[in-house]
Amino acid sequence: MTKIKSLDDLRQRKQQLEQSMEIRENSDHPDSLVQIKVAMATCGIASGARAVMNAFVEKIKKEKIPAVVTQTGCMGYCYAEPTVEVKKPGMDPVVFSYVDVAKAEEIVDKYIRNNELLDGILPANYQTI
Amino acid sequence: MNDLALHLLDIVQNSLVAGASFITIEVNENPAGNLLTISVKDNGRGMTPEQVQKLSDPFFTSRTTRRVGLGVPLLRQTAEQSGGSLEVVSEPGKGTLLTVCFQYDHLDRPPLGDVANAVVLMISANPEVGFSYHYAYNDRSYEVNTMELKEVLGDLPVNDLYVMEMIEEMIKENQSDLKVCQIE
Repeated sequence: MTKIKSLDDLRQRKQQLEQSMEIRENSDHPDSLVQIKVAMATCGIASGARAVMNAFVEKIKKEKIPAVVTQTGCMGYCYAEPTVEVKKPGMDPVVFSYVDVAKAEEIVDKYIRNNELLDGILPANYQTI
Repeated sequence: MNDLALHLLDIVQNSLVAGASFITIEVNENPAGNLLTISVKDNGRGMTPEQVQKLSDPFFTSRTTRRVGLGVPLLRQTAEQSGGSLEVVSEPGKGTLLTVCFQYDHLDRPPLGDVANAVVLMISANPEVGFSYHYAYNDRSYEVNTMELKEVLGDLPVNDLYVMEMIEEMIKENQSDLKVCQIE
């Protein structure tokens, strides 16, 4: 496939994508998706949150998991960064600490797919500022 | 922070917390003039002159979750150690403009890093916020904004993984072209 260079190329590729139906259909309803929030304040970024966020994006794309990856601020757990909050539809959010690329994959494989909890869970904190 | 793209992610987070609905990011690589400039402009709630003054104090923050605010002080330190400077202009209710510049060939200047990836992560993580991204290499420049992207994408959300990949590819293609053409 040729590389996308202009907005027209982007439009074309978008049409191809829509035809191949690879785009998820329920993205208008974020509540029905798994929400993965990577803490990306100074503390998170300095400890490698960007690599973690990219790892989640790659992993859920590869395994076609209905999820969105977003950013959030610092929750005060700077010592445990990078932290990631995972909210599965209809369930309470869970915050994982000391996440790296390997742990990100583990979270997807164990928690998101099988509801299996991992070590290093922090108490939930709903206030993100 | 290993590279300047990470600082950029961090600084933009400040704009988001300030409630900005539109953020303009400019990256200007100018090896000919031995200067690298990055600026972030937002329409958030802005800061009072007192807050601007305290901005470089690592022990000042508007947060309640912790007592330190290191984002701007770290970036200022990085800029000053590589022969540059950091400047913030802000007015309550109007927004904030942060400009940071570096001596391009300074040994201590961190690499620019993957700005395209940082921009795509910001756009996709904050679909409700408008972004405009300008990248310049010497006198050639490339520009993209979320209004035109959303117009092209229609119903497709900017945080769709395939869409993110396409946008990143587009930005990278254009950025590398700016450099290639100049060498020729």
